[in-house]
Amino acid sequence: MSQKYKYKPEPALVEGDHDFGSITKLISDIPQQATPKWWYIAFGISNMVLALLLGVVTYLIVQGTGVWGLNKAAGWGWAIVNFVWWVGIGHAGTLISAILFLFRQGWRTAINRFAEAMTIFAVMCAGIFPAIHVGRIWVVYWMFPIPNSMQLWPQFFSPLLWDVFAVGTYFTVSLLFWYVGLVPDFATMRDKVKGKWAKFTYGLFSLGWTGGNRQWQNYEKSYMILAGLAAPLVLSVHTIVSFDFAVSIIPGWHTTIFPPYFVAGAVFSGFAMVMTLMLIARKLYGLQDIMTVNHIEKMNIIILVTGSMVGFAYIMEFFIAWYGGVEYEKFAFINRATGPYAWAYWIMTLCNVISPQFFWVKKFRRSVVMSFILSIVVNIGMWFERFVITVTSLAQDYIPGAWAYYTPTLIDVLTFVGTFGLFFTFFLLFLRFMPMVAMAEIKGVMPQANPAFYENDKMADLAKGPGEQQTGKER
Amino acid sequence: MSKKQNIYGLLAEYKNPAELMNAASKVAEAGYQKYDAYSPFPIHGMDQAMKLKESKLGWIVLIHGIFGLLGGLGLQVLTQSVLYAHNIAGKPFLNLPAFIPVTFELTVLLSAFGAFFGMFYLNNLPKLNKSLFNSDNFAKATDDGFFICIESEDDLFSEGETEKLLLDAGALNIEKIEP
Repeated sequence: MSQKYKYKPEPALVEGDHDFGSITKLISDIPQQATPKWWYIAFGISNMVLALLLGVVTYLIVQGTGVWGLNKAAGWGWAIVNFVWWVGIGHAGTLISAILFLFRQGWRTAINRFAEAMTIFAVMCAGIFPAIHVGRIWVVYWMFPIPNSMQLWPQFFSPLLWDVFAVGTYFTVSLLFWYVGLVPDFATMRDKVKGKWAKFTYGLFSLGWTGGNRQWQNYEKSYMILAGLAAPLVLSVHTIVSFDFAVSIIPGWHTTIFPPYFVAGAVFSGFAMVMTLMLIARKLYGLQDIMTVNHIEKMNIIILVTGSMVGFAYIMEFFIAWYGGVEYEKFAFINRATGPYAWAYWIMTLCNVISPQFFWVKKFRRSVVMSFILSIVVNIGMWFERFVITVTSLAQDYIPGAWAYYTPTLIDVLTFVGTFGLFFTFFLLFLRFMPMVAMAEIKGVMPQANPAFYENDKMADLAKGPGEQQTGKER
Repeated sequence: MSKKQNIYGLLAEYKNPAELMNAASKVAEAGYQKYDAYSPFPIHGMDQAMKLKESKLGWIVLIHGIFGLLGGLGLQVLTQSVLYAHNIAGKPFLNLPAFIPVTFELTVLLSAFGAFFGMFYLNNLPKLNKSLFNSDNFAKATDDGFFICIESEDDLFSEGETEKLLLDAGALNIEKIEP
């Protein structure tokens, strides 16, 4: 009855015949080379879209929120949908940098740097919406804990105020975490670049890092503590975002499943976004040795798991609406699937529940084309999820006489499109001027980084190229 | 002990992380205090090889976290229950469950500040210019070089003997660093 198990080592995290020096060269050469032509084109387009965003936001501030498609029934529209969507995307960056770090997942090192960059820029895009949706933006400081002229303070019983603290903390901590990771790599850039100004600028941001072990000791401690803080933080942020809905008494919103369901959805869409960006960056910059097919497969597994969790939550919501026996709740869910917004509901189900199931097949999980297409499909689906939740419950709540149909205006659409301009402007600047892969961390997970590697012949065998290793492919 | 030194220290290069760790433990055995092992990435086991004490950062973060916790809770209790208590949908003025999210966020925020600024404080950064940057080789320390630098400030430091120790530990080259 006994079965023979054979130890199969994890596939090599870095493929090809790399040593420390070649990794440094691969990454640090990118900001030093001449700016590629496609970069100028992409940056130009992003700038124009960013200008569009500034234009429509100015128009909104001058005219008031009447330029949006909101009506008496649906007081929340695209602004909140876009806010939740962008914040959700950001969550994958923190998940990769913090939670996978705590779980000692070495493969995160290939993607954590630009996943964290994506987090920061996505949260910036998200933050625009709550700021501009208040209507009178000149009193936006009412959201902060400052007493007004009547000595009245903002009231802390409201999830909307919790949101201010949650998103503010999230942005700050993500930025600090990102910067801590960047310091040793800025030092590498400082020592590599030739130009005087480039040396000065990278030197300034590297703060005089030398890479002494007395520094690394505190650095590693700090990195671990920040990861430990960011992990519960990321869960709390989307929990609090879901409270914006769940704490209200609107049918379809007032459910306890929201926090875990929102967090799973956030990770789901965020990983899809990381996938989209990674597949483009890896191709354009020739980073296939660092971001291997094994990385893509692992990410697709996470997309499959979180996608199935989201699918389970959809079913559970329906079940509880029936089991709970509240008429309005029952109606809200049946209306989602069959009412005036059924088209959005079924797009959502198709994109979020059906499409990730392709990843049960190993061939699809390891296919670049399939991963790229599905990553975009998933993000479309997750946008529709937030649309369905927000709009269906508001447009048709309790009294049929107060029902309405919500349609966005052109300004709504252009504001959303404009945030992509903001996102890609920053993201392209990041790709151009910063080390886009964490060099120090990649070196740290290479077998040669372990002192035992030089004493033990078995370790040396492990580190040989993927050809000799015969892992990954044969499984 | 104010002997004026004309050099900052001796910088020795080693071939790989294993040799660096070996050399670092020999330097530590010899009783040197003011030295450091430089590498492009943290090396596991180096803290023990160098006989370093545990980082104090955890305590800094704890203190910051406690301030965040008390400050966050204090802000809400003070403003909602004491300074201007007002009736929100008949909820109690001291509504502790509603104060949990903001208290949590501020605890995390302050702890993160502690972890971030505390790390740079303990590492004596930012300090943009250092004697080590006068070296010809040292730029490799952020790429693929492994170095030990023993500073002339150390009580045991004497050019001849220190150099011998570093060479015996397998140094590829030795460089005198200008102060």
